[in-house]
Parts: sequence; C-alpha cells; structure tokens
Amino acid sequence: MTKLDSKVPKGKLKDKWSNYKAHQNLVNPANKRKIDVIVVGTGLAGGAAAASLAEMGFKVKAFCYQDSPRRAHSIAAQGGINAAKNYPNDGDTIYRLFYDTIKGGDYRSREANVYRLAEVSNAIIDQAVAQGVPFAREYSGYLDNRSFGGALVSRTFYARGQTGQQLLLGAYSALSRQIGLGNVEMHNRTELMDIVIVDGKARGIVTRNLITGEIKSHFGHAVVLATGGYGNVFYLSTNAMGSNGSAVWKAYKRGAFFANPAFVQIHPTCIPRHGEFQSKLTLMSESLRNDGRIWVPKKKEDAEAIRAGKMRPEDIPDEDRDFYLERRYPAFGNLVPRDVASRAAKERTDNGFGIEKNESGEGVYLDFKYAIERLGKDVIEARYGNLFQMYEKITDENPYETPMRIYPTIHYTMGGLWVDYELQSTIPGLFVTGEANFSDHGANRLGASALMQGLADGYFVLPYTIQNYLAYEITNPRKNPAELEEFKKAEEGVKSQINRLMSVKGNKSADYYHRELGKILWDKVGMARNEKGLKEAIEEIKALRKEFWENLHIPGNTNTVNPELEKANRVADFLELGELMAYDALSRNESCGGHFREEYATEEGEAMRRDDEYMYVAAWEYKGDDKEPELHKEPLEYEEIEVKTRNYKTA
Amino acid sequence: MAHKTINIKLKVWRQKDAKSKGAFETYELKNISVDSSFLEMLDVLNEKLVSENKEPIAYDHDCREGICGMCSLFINGRAHGPDDLITTCQLHMRKFSDGETIVIEPWRVGSFPVIKDLMVDRTAYEKIMQAGGFVSVSTGGVPDANAIPIPKEDADEAMDAAACIGCGACVATCKNSSAMLFVAAKVSQLALLPQGKVEASRRAKNMIAKMDELGFGNCSNTGACEMECPKGISLAHIARLNREFLTANIKS
Ligand SMILES: Cc1cc2nc3c(=O)[nH]c(=O)nc-3n(C[C@H](O)[C@H](O)[C@H](O)COP(=O)(O)OP(=O)(O)OC[C@H]3O[C@@H](n4cnc5c(N)ncnc54)[C@H](O)[C@@H]3O)c2cc1C
Ligand code: SF4
Ligand code: FES
Repeated sequence: MTKLDSKVPKGKLKDKWSNYKAHQNLVNPANKRKIDVIVVGTGLAGGAAAASLAEMGFKVKAFCYQDSPRRAHSIAAQGGINAAKNYPNDGDTIYRLFYDTIKGGDYRSREANVYRLAEVSNAIIDQAVAQGVPFAREYSGYLDNRSFGGALVSRTFYARGQTGQQLLLGAYSALSRQIGLGNVEMHNRTELMDIVIVDGKARGIVTRNLITGEIKSHFGHAVVLATGGYGNVFYLSTNAMGSNGSAVWKAYKRGAFFANPAFVQIHPTCIPRHGEFQSKLTLMSESLRNDGRIWVPKKKEDAEAIRAGKMRPEDIPDEDRDFYLERRYPAFGNLVPRDVASRAAKERTDNGFGIEKNESGEGVYLDFKYAIERLGKDVIEARYGNLFQMYEKITDENPYETPMRIYPTIHYTMGGLWVDYELQSTIPGLFVTGEANFSDHGANRLGASALMQGLADGYFVLPYTIQNYLAYEITNPRKNPAELEEFKKAEEGVKSQINRLMSVKGNKSADYYHRELGKILWDKVGMARNEKGLKEAIEEIKALRKEFWENLHIPGNTNTVNPELEKANRVADFLELGELMAYDALSRNESCGGHFREEYATEEGEAMRRDDEYMYVAAWEYKGDDKEPELHKEPLEYEEIEVKTRNYKTA
Repeated sequence: MAHKTINIKLKVWRQKDAKSKGAFETYELKNISVDSSFLEMLDVLNEKLVSENKEPIAYDHDCREGICGMCSLFINGRAHGPDDLITTCQLHMRKFSDGETIVIEPWRVGSFPVIKDLMVDRTAYEKIMQAGGFVSVSTGGVPDANAIPIPKEDADEAMDAAACIGCGACVATCKNSSAMLFVAAKVSQLALLPQGKVEASRRAKNMIAKMDELGFGNCSNTGACEMECPKGISLAHIARLNREFLTANIKS
C-alpha cells in the first residue's frame, strides 16, 4: 500500500505556513518566463491562481467551458465569504475560525490545511477591496459583517445577495488584465478531455474545442485543476448545468487518488422540484434561516389536505404547527448546521408530514409571518427583498403572504482529489484547488467557507507551493506536444472515446441516463444511506452504465457545436464516479457530517461518529475498469484541538 | 393535483454555423407545464428532437438562475422575453397563453456573430474588459480592507453598477448596437470607489477605444438598453462614463 505523505511542515500549528514559506524553493524571475503552467477552470480558485501566477511572471494557459471566465459557477454564490478580521470586535480570531471549520466538518479534515486557510482569510478581503469589489458597508464607511450557521461571531463579508458574483468579477478583472498583457493565453469554450503524464509527471492536457470539435494537446510544466465540484452527479442540484466531474475523474483514472467521494453537502433550503422536466434546483440563501421559522403540520390529516390542495398553510393555527427544529434543537433552533437541518426535514416528510402537491410529497415550510409581525414587512424586505422576488418569479407565490416551500437538495461536494499540504495530488506536477480538491471542509462545509477556500488556494497558497515543484523544472525546456508520443496516444484515446459514444446509436438521450443515475444516487447514496441500499446502488449503477453504452443516442456531428455529445461525455464519467461514491459510503461504517449511515445513529436519530476506526481521509486509487478501487487511509491527527461530539441541542 | 399546462407553437431561428444562412423553423409542443421555465420548455423540445434523430437547438445557458449571463435569446421581439428585470432562464411559461406562437431569435448584433442557431459569440465583450475593465493591482501588498472608509451611498451605487452580468441584451436591444451600458457599468463602478478612481479616465478612454474598434455603434441616448437590461443598470452610469471620458480627452 502506498503511503500517503501529506507533507505537513514540522513545527507548531501557527508557525507551519510561515516556516514553509521561509524555506520553500522559489523560481527566479528570469526562469519564470520559461515555465508554462496550465490552469483548467477559471472560477474563483482557477481565475485567482491564473492571474496571480501570470503577475509573478509565469506563462499561463487557462481553460474554461463557458464563453467567458466571468461565468464560472462561482458566480452563483449568494451569501458571503468568511474571514477572521474581527472588525465587529466580537471576539473572532484566526484560531476560532479554524476551530469552527474543523468542528463544522465533523473532525474529518486536515488540521494544518484548515489553519492555513484561516490564516490567509484576511488577506482575501484586503485583495478584493483593492480590486474594487463593492462589499456592503455601514454608514461609517467601514465594512459590514453578517452571521452564518455554525458560528457564534459575525465574520461573513457580503455584497448584497451576490457575493460570489462580485468576488469572481474581481478575480476575472485581474485575469483579464493579464490576458490583455499577453501573460495568459485564455481558451474559452474548451473542455478538458484528458491529462497527459510523461515520465510519471503531469505534462499537459488534451482538450476539445466546443465550437469546432477540434482535439488539441497543450504542454505545461505543471497542471492545475480548478474545475469545481461534482454535485451534478445527482442530476438535480444547485450547481450550474455544465458543472461536471470529468476533469477530476480523468485525473483519477490517470492515477490521482480521489478522497472522500461520499462527502456531499445537502443544502436544507432549496425550492422543491415541480415535475419530471425540472432541470435544476434553486437555492434560497442560508441567511433566510435567521428570520424564517421552519415547520410542517402537526397532524397528518392536515398534511394530506395540503397536498391535496384542500387546505392552505395559513389555515393551520399555530398550535397545529410542528416547528421541528426548535423542538429538537432548542439551543440552535432554525440555525443548526446544514446536514442536521436537511436530515430533520427528511425525517418529517418520510413520516408523511410533507407538503408538496406532487408525487414526491416532500417539502416543508419556511415561514416569515412571525418575523414580519415582530419586525415589520419593511425590515424583512430590506433584508431579503431580492430573494423573495426570485422565489416569486419561480413559484408564482408571494412569500410575504404565504410561507415558502423548501426542501433539501445537493449543493456542494466536500470530497475531491486528494492533495497534500502543497495542494499537489498523488500525480507529481498535478495540483488541485477549490471545490475540486478535498482539503479543508471535512465531512461538512460551513456556509461562506467555499469562497474563502477557493480564493485562499488561488491567490495565496498555490502560487507559492507550486514553485517548490517548478523550481526543479527550470532545466526542462518547453516542449512541442506534437513531438511527444504520450500526447499523440492521449489524443487518439480521446478521439476513440468520442467515436465510441457516437457509434452506440441507440435510442435514449444522455439526459435520460443522467436522470436515472440521479434517482439511484438520491435514493441510496443521498441524505441517508445504509448497507443494503449502497450495495444495491452499486449494482444498479453498473447495470445503468452497461445500458448507457448499448443504448445511448447522440445526434449530429463531432466537428461542430454538439451539446448532446458534451452531455454524453460528462454522463459517461458520472456513471463511474457515482459508483465510487457508493463504495466510499459503504466502507465508512459511521455517520459524520453530510455522510449519514442509518445503522450508525443514536436512539434520537442523531449521527454517530466512530473516531476510533474512522478518523481518516479515505483516498481511493483507480485499479482499472470493472476492478474494485483500492482504499488508502490518511490518518487524521489533531494536535491543537480536542475532538468532541457536535452538539447543537445545548449551547 | 394536476399542473396547468398549455399548448404552444414555436418559431425558432436555425442556423448551421456562422457562414450559413439561417431561417425560422416551426415546432409544436403540447402539455407544457406553466410552472416550467422557458429553458426547460426548450429542453422538452430538444429531447423530442433527439428522439426523432434530429439535431437539437443550440442555445447558451449555464447557471439557470439569472446570474452567469450565459443565456440570451430574443423572445417575441424582446431581449430576455416578455417580463421585466429577469433573464431568459428566469422566465416561466406562465407568462404565455395557451395556443400562443412564440418567436425565438438570437441576439442580432454584428459584433456578436451567430455561432449556431441561438448561440452567439460575445468575445468582443472580453476584449473590452481586457482593455481596461480592472484596477491595475496585483496579488499581495495591498492595505487593510478597512484602511479607506467609503461612503455607504457610493459603495451601494458601485454595487448597482457591478450587478451587470455581461449578457449583451443592451447591445442586442440598441438600434445602434452600442455597448455603452455595459462599458458604463464597469467604468462607473470603479470610478465610484477610491481604489478605482486613480485610473478612472484612462480606463474610460481605453475601453471606449476598444469598443469603437470592435465595431459597436455610438450611443444616441435612446434608453432602450436600460429598459431591457435584466439587472436594471441605469443610464446614469452612462453619464458618469461620459464625464470620465471627457476628463480623459481634456487631459490628453
Ligand atoms: C447556488 C450556490 C450558492 C453558493 N453560495 C455560497 C456562499 O454564499 N458562500 C460560499 O462560500 N460558497 C457558496 N457556494 C459554493 C461556492 O460557490 C463554490 O464551491 C465555489 O465557487 C467553487 O469555486 P471553484 O473555483 O472551485 O469552481 P467553479 O466556480 O465551479 O469553477 C469551475 C471552473 O472550471 C471550469 N471547468 C469545469 N469543468 C471543466 C472541464 N471539464 N474542462 C474545462 N473547464 C472546466 C469551468 O468552466 C469553471 O471555469 C455556493 C454554491 C452554489 C451552487
Ligand atoms: S448592462 Fe445589462 S443588458 Fe447590458 S450586458 Fe450588463 S446586464 Fe446585460
Ligand atoms: S443561464 Fe445564467 S443567467 Fe441565464
């Protein structure tokens, strides 16, 4: 078994990062020009990295599948970004942000990485302000903060309900400047198809131009993947339609270990689905739980009447409403972490108290009546006006008058490619940043911490750590991929995969298989999992994959815009990734964070962690098609904090 | 409970590629749920076309929540369709009636050539941004975020301008195909903040020069862009852009 070396520097936790920077290798300015770095993905993590590396003098080639880096999925983040600035003087410190993140992640993340994240968080806010990001301010002219789930301090910076947009546009502006200066070669509407390994090191990628269909090789002294999360494996999620797991999956098949694939986050407050042709689900920001109260009818007959359209929620008197979060978790009430809130909603609807008027019978209420009575409509409008408007556009219901209908859905993937302290995967020269790696959120991510991690990786961590690798590359001259056998082989592999997809010539669309896969995963590898279901899921996914390769249909050609081919490519990978998720969930015989195994719950239905046996990162190694993947374990050791059971019932 | 559904007729612009000539094609769809979004309706049509072994309609989209700016579409003669302050992906079928004919076209702008069907090439916007849509600051070495207080009103107005999603509806709506509202949104956002003020007039000059070079038209203050902008970007930003531009010209 390969030993996973996390390369955590020696010394005290708080000194590790400064020590690392003081002793790492750097590349001198004259040599930087001779080094090519490939950055795949230009969301927060990739955009920030590409811009920063180019500013330093490296030659960067960047790639994204949209028509502009400004459209990466990061743009959709609403709520905010955490930092330990302690501007409100409420006692925040780097240690506290670090501690909350480890605890929120249910003690399944690497201590040294998380500490570094908290340490660089403040610089992100400084950088964004310098770029012209219009964060919310108070009348004094100073920056405003709000609070988020899982924390007792106000440390979240925000730009209206569009924080991700503004941070991404900041990174995009820095990237645009470098493109204009000729330091970054930007490839829009281009999808990664494979990663090329030469002599054991990542040396480049093969891409497909989404307009012309051209398959092309690109050489790099190192490759950075910043391709986001794989939540879309569930078909329905809050992710953008094009978000995919293909880049990380290709890396996995080339030898990069995949860590904790089963750790996915289900967000409790999304608009429930309306029907079969639903294409995606819309998130309603976590901030709404500050003022909204969550409930379902106390009586089953009321729930049935609501589902039948014979009764309206307003008709149910207070004493017949079950505010189940307040009932179960008196200390945190409606502000329990996401995993806890999601499972509680499922528990109620599984027992017949759901409120949606469709086959699913899912859904619970998020009610602002009480907050409006207490604070007035104006205050609520000022706080959440844009979200209420968005809700009304989608549902045609007015949340000022009738409670919002919400239900949990897939939102974020904590799992991702395994990386060491330097953000390097198990393939030398292949680095992974942002949601695509597994590093900082353990088994559950706290709100407003993904933006922080993406930008920390992109601006302040990777541009340093990658140099420790590149310092040894300065003697390797830039190469023409056409002259390397490995690139030719990879290109041929890509072309034959595309031909294989095109020539199935069956009669079902890629979307059909994607939806079917989503159903299996949601039912059996979703909010609650058990051994039997997981074993079934593995078999069902295998069968579905087989059918996909026998009955897929893609119209059109390969040398032009072909969205059906793009989808099929991604679904082919999801059909394999889904199976790995089930393996991971099956092998982890405990409940922690977003991973809930029904066999491992307390009598009250709370998650039961098993630290003695499972306090490790599960890193999976690809062993070949139709072979079982091999599990490697990185034990987690906590030097600075005491590992406890999460408790949100009492303060 | 059964959902309300409608039957509709679609006239959709089909064009093989940038060089080919395009034409409208007509399709009929039955039992479309009024709760589905406009793009979900197109998904239904595409799934039908795929099952008939025909090529589906190509159109741009990604986030489907009105923020990425990827979706476009001229629907019944209006950019982003018959509802105000939303993008095409946020439009829902309840805005249409049973039996209605819906005409769907791409943005028709010389500087945004059609790629295929309803997809257009907005690379010109990228070039304008690369010409000056930034503060010339590199990573690291910047002061504390609270070192410079900024009046709340200015920060709020900068945020109003920064809300632009780069969709191109303003250009598609403008009879001169001018990109003034898009450029103004960025110039104005950064001119309102002390961090961006330093380069404000230079930025205005460079971005406008690039806009002209790329063949976008002049602004004749008709205001149609403001009406169709899904993010409500105000014409007031064009006024601020003009001021910065003037200063730049006086200086040079
Ligand atoms: C609705 C919503 C709200 C959120 N709100 C918050 C919040 O308030 N606070 C918070 O901290 N987090 C939030 N998150 C999470 C956060 O937005 C994401 O985790 C984060 O933005 C991911 O950034 P990233 O740079 O890693 O990846 P992305 O932004 O997803 O970027 C991925 C990039 O990779 C490219 N790419 C992907 N696949 C390929 C491929 N195969 N080939 C080529 N290029 C490819 C894409 O084009 C894109 O440029 C939210 C998420 C959602 C869905
Ligand atoms: S100004 Fe409005 S219409 Fe124009 S690109 Fe920006 S958001 Fe779109
Ligand atoms: S698809 Fe993103 S704005 Fe419409």
